[in-house]
Amino acid sequence: MAQAQELMVSDEIAIDISNMNKWYGSFHVLRDINLKVRRGERIVIAGPSGSGKSTMIRCINALEEHQQGRIEVDGTVLSSDVKNIDKIRSEVGMVFQHFNLFPHLTILENCTLAPIWVRKIPKKEAEATAMHFLEKVKIPEQANKYPGQLSGGQQQRVAIARSLCMRPRIMLFDEPTSALDPEMIKEVLDTMVSLAEEGMTMLCVTHEMGFARQVANRVIFMDAGQIVEQNEPEEFFNNPQNERTKLFLSQILGH
Amino acid sequence: MSDAHAHSVAFVRTEVIPQSPPPAQQTGVMKWLRDNLFSSWANTLLTLVAAWLIYLILSAILPWIFNGVWNADSLTQCREILAGRTGACFAVLTERWNQLLFGYSYPRDLYWRPVLAFAIMLVAIAPVLFFDLPRKLLIVTALFPFIAFYLIWGGPILTPIVALLGCGAGYVVFNRYGKGNFAAGFFGGIATAFVVWGVGGFVVDLVRPETPWMTPVPSRDLGGFMLNMMLGVTCVSLSVPLGIVLALGRQSDMPLIKGICVVFIEFVRGVPLITLLFVASVMLAYFFPPDSTVDLFLRVVIMITMFSSAYIAEVIRGGLAALPKGQFEAADSLGLDYPQAMRLIILPQALKISIPGIVNVAVGLFKDTTLVSVISMFDLIGMIRGPILASTEWNGVYWELLGFASLLFFVVCYGISQYSQWLERRLATDHR
Repeated sequence: MAQAQELMVSDEIAIDISNMNKWYGSFHVLRDINLKVRRGERIVIAGPSGSGKSTMIRCINALEEHQQGRIEVDGTVLSSDVKNIDKIRSEVGMVFQHFNLFPHLTILENCTLAPIWVRKIPKKEAEATAMHFLEKVKIPEQANKYPGQLSGGQQQRVAIARSLCMRPRIMLFDEPTSALDPEMIKEVLDTMVSLAEEGMTMLCVTHEMGFARQVANRVIFMDAGQIVEQNEPEEFFNNPQNERTKLFLSQILGH
Repeated sequence: MSDAHAHSVAFVRTEVIPQSPPPAQQTGVMKWLRDNLFSSWANTLLTLVAAWLIYLILSAILPWIFNGVWNADSLTQCREILAGRTGACFAVLTERWNQLLFGYSYPRDLYWRPVLAFAIMLVAIAPVLFFDLPRKLLIVTALFPFIAFYLIWGGPILTPIVALLGCGAGYVVFNRYGKGNFAAGFFGGIATAFVVWGVGGFVVDLVRPETPWMTPVPSRDLGGFMLNMMLGVTCVSLSVPLGIVLALGRQSDMPLIKGICVVFIEFVRGVPLITLLFVASVMLAYFFPPDSTVDLFLRVVIMITMFSSAYIAEVIRGGLAALPKGQFEAADSLGLDYPQAMRLIILPQALKISIPGIVNVAVGLFKDTTLVSVISMFDLIGMIRGPILASTEWNGVYWELLGFASLLFFVVCYGISQYSQWLERRLATDHR
C-alpha cells in the first residue's frame, strides 16, 4: 500500500500558492489558500462539493482568475499576461471530469494537436510521441477513431494521454473518475497510478479514497473555500483532527 | 420434443433456425401501398381525392408545357400558332435568353467572358466546398476574384494585377508580423495593401492604354441572371468571413470591440434590406467626395454583405453558444493561444453546428439579390419587369418568364441545400 509513498519527492518547489483569495461576485470561494507542492508530490484534494477544490486547481493554470495572492508554477509567477498564462498552461497538464476531447478530431489528432501547434514539433515526431502515450494508456488500436466511438473510460485515458503528449511537469486532475461507470473507474485509476509511479507531480481532486491511500503522499481536505486539514494519508484517514474532516470521512467511508 | 419441453423449464437450442423470406403480403410494393395509401377507409378516401387533385393539376399544366411554342417573334404570333389551344409561349425565352442571362446592354460578342468566368468559378469554389480535392486548387480560388473581375469588366490588365499585388503584399506583411503581434500584423497588412493600391492606382492611370486588350464594360451594362450570380457569389463569400469576425467580436472581452460588433449587428438587423439598397444607390453618393465614383455594383455589394454578415454572425454566435464550455477550457489548458484555439478547436465545431443556419442565410441572400431591381439595376427580375414585359412583342408573358426565373433560382438554391446536407453528413463525427 505504501509503495508509492516511498517515491522520490525532491525539495524543489513545483507549485507555490500563497495567500490566494478568490471571489465570485461577492461570494468568497477561496479563502487564504497557502500551498507548497514539491516536485514529485502526489496530492489528493478531498472535500464536500462546493468547497472550492476544483476552483483551486483551476486557478493553478488560470482557467479561473484569482483576485488576491500569488501563484508560482515552475518558477514562473502567474500574471494576467496572455503569453505568461499560455506558457504555464503548456507546462501543466489538465484532465477534466467530462474528458473534453475534441469530437471533430481523431484520437491521434487530439493527441498531436497541441504538440504541433504549441511546441512546434514536426508532425511525424508528434505522432510517434502520441502513439507512445496511447500505448501507455493501453489504447493504441483506437488511434484513428473519433472520441464519440470510445467508452467513457477509454476517453478519459485518451485525455490523460493528450495531456502527457505535451510532456507536462505537473498534472492536474479535476474529478477524473466522477463521470464514469464503476467498471471504467479502475482502468483510469490504474493509468493514474502508473503515472504516479513514474514520479509525475500530481494534484488530484477526487472522491476515490482508495486511490488516495495507495498513491498520495499528502491528502488535503477543503471545506468552505479553505484548507481545513492536510496530512499523510495514513494519518489523515486513521486519525483526522478537524471535526469537519471527521464528519466527512465518516460519511464517505461509512458504507 | 415438445413433450420434453412441457416437463422442464431448462432449454438448450441445438440447431439454428434457417432464415426464411417474410410472407409476400408483408413485402414490396403491395405492403407499401397497403401501409401508406390504403390502410383504412379514411386513408383510401384521402388517397383517391389526392390522386384526383394531382390529375387536375397535371392535366392543366402538362398540355401547357408540351404545347409550348418555342419559335415565334411575339406574343401575337404565339397565339396565332396555338390557334386557341392551351400552350405556353416559350418563344420569349429563346428570343430573349441573352437579355435574361446577361442583361440588355452587355456587348453580345463579349458573352464568352462572363461564361468563362462562370466556368472558372466552378473550379475555384470546388476545393472550398469539397475539401477532399487537392489543396493546390486553392490557388485558383485565390486568383479567381481578380480573373473574374478582369473577364467581366475588362479594361487595363494592370488594374486586377495591382489589386492582386496589394492583397499579396498585405498578406506577406501579416505573415511576417502577425505571429508576434496579431494586431500589428493585421493593421500593418491592411495599411500595406492600401499603400500598394494607392501607388498602383496612380501607375495604372499613368500608363492607361488607348485600347486595352479587353474592352471595358461599365457596371451599368451588367444585368440578367449574371448580375444575380455575381452579387450572390460575392456577397456570400464576403459575408461568411465577416460574420465569423463579428460573432467572435461580439464574444470578445474587450469592451470597444464588443461594442462595435453589437451596435453593427443590431443596427443592420434592425433595418430592411431595401432601405440599405436605397442608401447604396442614392444616399451613399452624398457621403463620398463629389468627384469620386464608387461603383454602384460595389456599393450594392457592400450593403448586401453588411446585411447578411449581421445575420450570419448571429447564426454563428448560436453555434458558439452551443459548444460545451469544456471545449474552450480544454483548448486553453493545452496552451493553445486564442487564434489557434478558435481556428483549430472552436470554429470547426461551431461552424459545423451553424451550417443549416448559414445555408439558410445564404439561400435567402441569393434570392434577395433580386431586390436590386427596385433600385433600377437590371438583374433577372429587373429585366423581366422592365425591358421584356414592357416591350410591345412580349407584353403579357408572365407565367413563362417568371417560371423560368423561378426555375433558375430553384436549381441554384436546391443545389446549395443538397450540398449543405451532404456536408453535414460528411462532417458528422460525433456518432450520436
